[in-house]
Amino acid sequence: MGKRSFKIWRGNAEGGEFHTYETEITEGMVVLDAIHQIQAESANDLAVRWNCKAGKCGSCGCEVNGKPKLSCMTRMNSLPEEGDVVIQPIKTFPVIKDLVCDVSYNYVRNKQIPPFAPREREADGTHRMEQRDVDRIQEFRKCIECFLCMDVCHVLRDHEKKDDFVGPRWMIRLASLEMHPLDIVDRIPLIREKFGSGWCNITRCCTEVCPEHINITDNGIIPLKERVVDRFYDPIAMLKRKLFGDKSNKRLPVVEVGDSSASG
Amino acid sequence: MSSSDTVLPGGHVVGLGETRRPDKWWVGPLLTVSFIGVAIGYGTIAMLMGNHYWVGAEGHGFGGYLSPLYSPVLMFDASAAGAAPASHAWFGAFPEWYPSLLPKSPAFLILLFPGAFRFTCYYYRKAYYRSFGFAPPGCAVEGVRRGKYEGETKLFLFQNLHRYAMYFAVIFNIILTYDAVMSFFRDGALGIGVGSVVLTINATLLAFYTFGCHSFRHLIGGRANCFTCDGKETLSSKAWSFGTFFNQRHMQIAWVSLAWVMFTDLYVRMVSMGIWTDFNTWGEAATKTVGL
Repeated sequence: MGKRSFKIWRGNAEGGEFHTYETEITEGMVVLDAIHQIQAESANDLAVRWNCKAGKCGSCGCEVNGKPKLSCMTRMNSLPEEGDVVIQPIKTFPVIKDLVCDVSYNYVRNKQIPPFAPREREADGTHRMEQRDVDRIQEFRKCIECFLCMDVCHVLRDHEKKDDFVGPRWMIRLASLEMHPLDIVDRIPLIREKFGSGWCNITRCCTEVCPEHINITDNGIIPLKERVVDRFYDPIAMLKRKLFGDKSNKRLPVVEVGDSSASG
Repeated sequence: MSSSDTVLPGGHVVGLGETRRPDKWWVGPLLTVSFIGVAIGYGTIAMLMGNHYWVGAEGHGFGGYLSPLYSPVLMFDASAAGAAPASHAWFGAFPEWYPSLLPKSPAFLILLFPGAFRFTCYYYRKAYYRSFGFAPPGCAVEGVRRGKYEGETKLFLFQNLHRYAMYFAVIFNIILTYDAVMSFFRDGALGIGVGSVVLTINATLLAFYTFGCHSFRHLIGGRANCFTCDGKETLSSKAWSFGTFFNQRHMQIAWVSLAWVMFTDLYVRMVSMGIWTDFNTWGEAATKTVGL
């Protein structure tokens, strides 16, 4: 395949610039291979986070030619043959060094989500779930926490509304708990207020970049928005609940957990 | 990128449309603007014309082609060329008190409902937030100015009532299905014409569009957490699976159904005006346009 030119952003939170490197590309190489080769040949101090090299740990997320990607899953032959390959750290989170970002915002937000709380066990001491019910939430559990969806979400990326909107990865975690057939915690008020479902304008970029092909928007965020509508905006649903009571199995009140300050 | 642009740590440039993407990310938004522009333009002109929306037998008998942009005909203007017969208008002719400033078109009275359904649709919201609102114009492409974005928390809070637009859409689906059945009759005689096929495809596509609606999918089953709690698959689970099939194709159906509605109106209009010939089993005499 020959030599390719790479423009890799080097720097830290104070600033930095693009450095140009050339390296030999052979058949089957992915972008992370090229980065490692550059690191070995000409930039020993280049910081890059990686681990499994199999698209399962979610560590090597960066922007390749302006698009959020897992560098270990982006084949070199999938990129345009002409021009430099531009590699940057993800935009949504603060840069630590070169391609490595501080993603601790995510761990703060995760702690704020009320955890799974199952209903009482059945008479024989078991919890039963049917496969059909498990399948629906199983999709959300494929998430590898690469945070590419958080990177591409313009609410976080461009408008920096980290205190207002929790972001797609955490909406998906909320969906997996909220739709769990055994769970009895009522998170809908939190989803609207603290986690800011109204800030999402469902432009679907999160779904487009998800390397696990989770249908974040259609199966996670929109169903949560519809549940918020049921509770707070639909006058007929509100009246029905008032007259006939709430028939859902969500009985436990919301419990505030974790640090309230989210900005990382 | 100009020298005055702000560059963030990480090499990201701040500014409308700024991105490092080398691909033609702007093609999608451009096509969306063009297509929606054509649809709105055509729909508005067709609505304002107020004529040539009906093809039926001279005897005004049972059956005929009615443009979907004019269905249902709530009130009608008998003097308009190609108008539906009086028996089709739910409330008869436009009354004398009808404001003269408003168009005397049956379409003007009803298009708000399908328009609201499309406008608040979760798919179209993506399309026009990106294309018209630049929020954002493309994935990883910087959009509207920082600090100005409010999402659907203030001005667009009304989007939360999409399900009410969907309720009306279901009523319209029933009416348009009735129209499609009527298109197989002419003066009471069963038959088939190209228009029958066009109207049937139209009603089918619009029904598919409603079946794929996210609010529809939520209300028919998605709101439940437990599809099979007692070990048996519930009706709502089956309904949800049915809605999911169409929901996964919602974008494609949204565009095709929108284009087909316009084409159906154009077809009825052209046949009504005598420009196009409707090939059918009833013969020429049965397809004369009323009031031509």
